[in-house]
Amino acid sequence: MMEPAFYIAAAIAVIATVMVITRYNIMHALLYLVVSLLAVAVVLYLYGAPFIAALEVIVYAGAIMVLLIFFVMMLNLGKESAMQEQQWLKPRIWIFPSLLCLVLLGELVFLISQNHQPPSEIKVVDPKAVGMALFGPYMAAVELTGILLMAGIVGAYHLGRQKEKTLHRFLEN
Amino acid sequence: MNIHPTTAGMLLAGVLFVLGLISILVRRDIIFMLLSVEVMLNAAALAFVVASAHWGTADGQVMFVFILAMAAAEVSVGLALILQLYHQLKTLDSDEAAKMNG
Repeated sequence: MMEPAFYIAAAIAVIATVMVITRYNIMHALLYLVVSLLAVAVVLYLYGAPFIAALEVIVYAGAIMVLLIFFVMMLNLGKESAMQEQQWLKPRIWIFPSLLCLVLLGELVFLISQNHQPPSEIKVVDPKAVGMALFGPYMAAVELTGILLMAGIVGAYHLGRQKEKTLHRFLEN
Repeated sequence: MNIHPTTAGMLLAGVLFVLGLISILVRRDIIFMLLSVEVMLNAAALAFVVASAHWGTADGQVMFVFILAMAAAEVSVGLALILQLYHQLKTLDSDEAAKMNG
């Protein structure tokens, strides 16, 4: 039996994800996706994984979303972008995501102030055990993950480089 | 409502995954398709952590860390690919990229 906090966070995650997949504007979708990831972080916290919840907020809702938002902004060069910016920041756009975030914040403050313990069916795994597993039996996988990130950097650099126009004069029509 | 926590967490992960799957099937904007992949990866990672809490072992959380690193690498390469596609085709419609005959 989970407590109401789980159901509230799960409902926020599902509502925010539905809003993500029904938006037409990519920026509004990203706004809701951040809320969805924060709600999932609260769910992870409730499942006895505070370290993973922090990683979710820092890497997913922080780094990856910032990457996406900067990318979308980069594509939107042009004189209409300022006008669009004004359209995007209407209160009815940001009021609902902010409301969902406020509910999540209230939930988090409540949980922390209550010195929350997960229900008896859930076994808490502390960050120390995760670290021991990562740098013990999973050592090779950690190094392979490092190589994967390196390949990601090299691939993104190679693909993102602007080619000179003259190389493509036969391909342009 | 008396649902076991593992069942509830797995249900949530399943619902989020299916939402991402629906989105990737329905949308034609290629950035939205990348977002849907993110949603699906996140749901799979949530399922791993719920399983980790069920069995009381650290392996699920270790898998979450790996999925996180993979998602970061995937997003950076995917965004670079979208950038190239946008420079070539001047649109973000994925149907345009079906005509890839050079």
